[in-house]
Amino acid sequence: MPSQLTILIVEPDKTRAEAIIDSLVATGDHHIKVLAGHTGLARSVAEMNPDIVLVDIANPSRDVIEELTLASSPLERPVAMFVDRSDDSITKAAIEAGVSAYVVDGLRADRIQPVMDAAIARFHMFSRMRSELAATRRALEERKIIDRAKGILMRARNLSEDEAYALIRKTAMSQGRKIADVAQALVTAADLLS
Amino acid sequence: MRIQPLTVGFMPLVDAAPLIVARELGFAEEEGLGLTLQSGPSWSTLRDRLVLGQIEAAHMLAPVPVAMALGLGGISTPLDALSVLSVNGNVIGLSNPVAARLYDTGFTPDFTNATAARNALAAIDGPLRIGVPFPFSMHTELLHYWLGGHGDTDPRSLDIRTIPPPLMADAIAAGEIDAFCVGEPWGSITVENGGGELLLPGAAIWNFAPEKVLAARAGWTAANPDLTGRLMRAVWKAARWLGDTSKRSTAADILAWPEYLGLPAEILERALTGRMILSRHAPARHVPRMVAFFDGAATFPWKSQGAWIGSRMARRLGLDPAWAADKAAAVFRTDLYRQHLAPLGVDMPGASEKLEGALAVPTPVASDNGTLSLGPDAFFDGRVFDPQSPG
Repeated sequence: MPSQLTILIVEPDKTRAEAIIDSLVATGDHHIKVLAGHTGLARSVAEMNPDIVLVDIANPSRDVIEELTLASSPLERPVAMFVDRSDDSITKAAIEAGVSAYVVDGLRADRIQPVMDAAIARFHMFSRMRSELAATRRALEERKIIDRAKGILMRARNLSEDEAYALIRKTAMSQGRKIADVAQALVTAADLLS
Repeated sequence: MRIQPLTVGFMPLVDAAPLIVARELGFAEEEGLGLTLQSGPSWSTLRDRLVLGQIEAAHMLAPVPVAMALGLGGISTPLDALSVLSVNGNVIGLSNPVAARLYDTGFTPDFTNATAARNALAAIDGPLRIGVPFPFSMHTELLHYWLGGHGDTDPRSLDIRTIPPPLMADAIAAGEIDAFCVGEPWGSITVENGGGELLLPGAAIWNFAPEKVLAARAGWTAANPDLTGRLMRAVWKAARWLGDTSKRSTAADILAWPEYLGLPAEILERALTGRMILSRHAPARHVPRMVAFFDGAATFPWKSQGAWIGSRMARRLGLDPAWAADKAAAVFRTDLYRQHLAPLGVDMPGASEKLEGALAVPTPVASDNGTLSLGPDAFFDGRVFDPQSPG
């Protein structure tokens, strides 16, 4: 069993930070720490002297970590971005998943790999969750619009709810448009006329 | 002409204007480009997206492609600086307590005299913690040039810290730093929030500092000459439009849109029109060339500008300045600039490098059509940089 790694996660969201920790625990008996804040980030990182730093690529504070790649950085051991130390595919996978990693010089690739694989998988899950949330929100919005459109038709043309929906659907199909778009057009027009 | 899609990354700053204008005023479309602009959360992420091909080109700090050519900062994929997007545009600001201590010494700020400001800062006690947006930036180079004296100061003697621009105003208000050098509008936002005041424009240290470049992967520009040319022409036309100062208020309105900077046009307008407000309730002051996009061959990627950046960076980080100047000059692609902008009849300078800092006033120079005038490009200390002897 190789000696444990010190891994630092820079993540302001507590729930996300815990989720990342959970995924890393499975890869070995590591020292895992989390930094949330922007304040004095470079110095705090230096004090912890980590082997690997993981940071969300959407985090503006990433540029602060970038300072650690300089020879004059406050860190004792120079850090490189993972990109230079490994084949392109894993770096690409990491950036696409939304995580960037900074690794100290001299750390062997086979020690980094499992940590990166776990982090990449976890960040993919985050982005899936984000997409799902956005899709759910959109569906909810669309349902509200369709309900309003149905209501307008029911009043204006004295239709039942099912008939109103059937009419919207038929119009959408004949025009090659989405049901939500037809409903939106109807709601907008009704707002303008009212 | 078929419309070709192209994605370009930018950081939400005033000097992203040429890209935003290229898209919004139809210059990109005129060149057959369907330009998508993608806002970046940080310079490092913009760089990584560029390196990995997620974006084709980017608004980039001029020293970043140079650092990469020198093997600094972790990634060494070669990038081309295709043209200069903006000249100047930074401001140096002080926290309220430090500004007060400076005035106690009898210093009267004039937003012009960098020597006087430096001497006044040297006279107050205590270390100065200074925020910059990125380790490889014109902000960092200008600060070292200005405060580090003529060269071989230990980089550790200056306490320069990286702080993302949107957090700069908060950092100085919270007392985490005593001063900053940052791109607009973040200096003006600090003033607006009452967190500090402005001491100097970057232009007071170097009258003509190449601030941002249009950067693309060297492999991509070689494989896609047609797209590279279209992009460069669209951006050049946008720069020409921005060169007309009467358009700058309109530019501020466009930059204010939520998908770009999402900040009040009134604040963005300050740097664009050169009417800067230095402290809360102070009247506006006219600053010549606060940020320049076109005049004085501002878009031309002078090899000597690259060489200056390379040799300064080398001194600071313990590399050979002559070697670094050569490497850096090669990143500034005057050849591609000449090739791709020739169809527009752009008046090209006769040379691709020049003495930097030699011109105190606008000066006519040899060019294809004889209409080109350069400068002023003086350094605050009057020194002249010769790219042939960069030591």
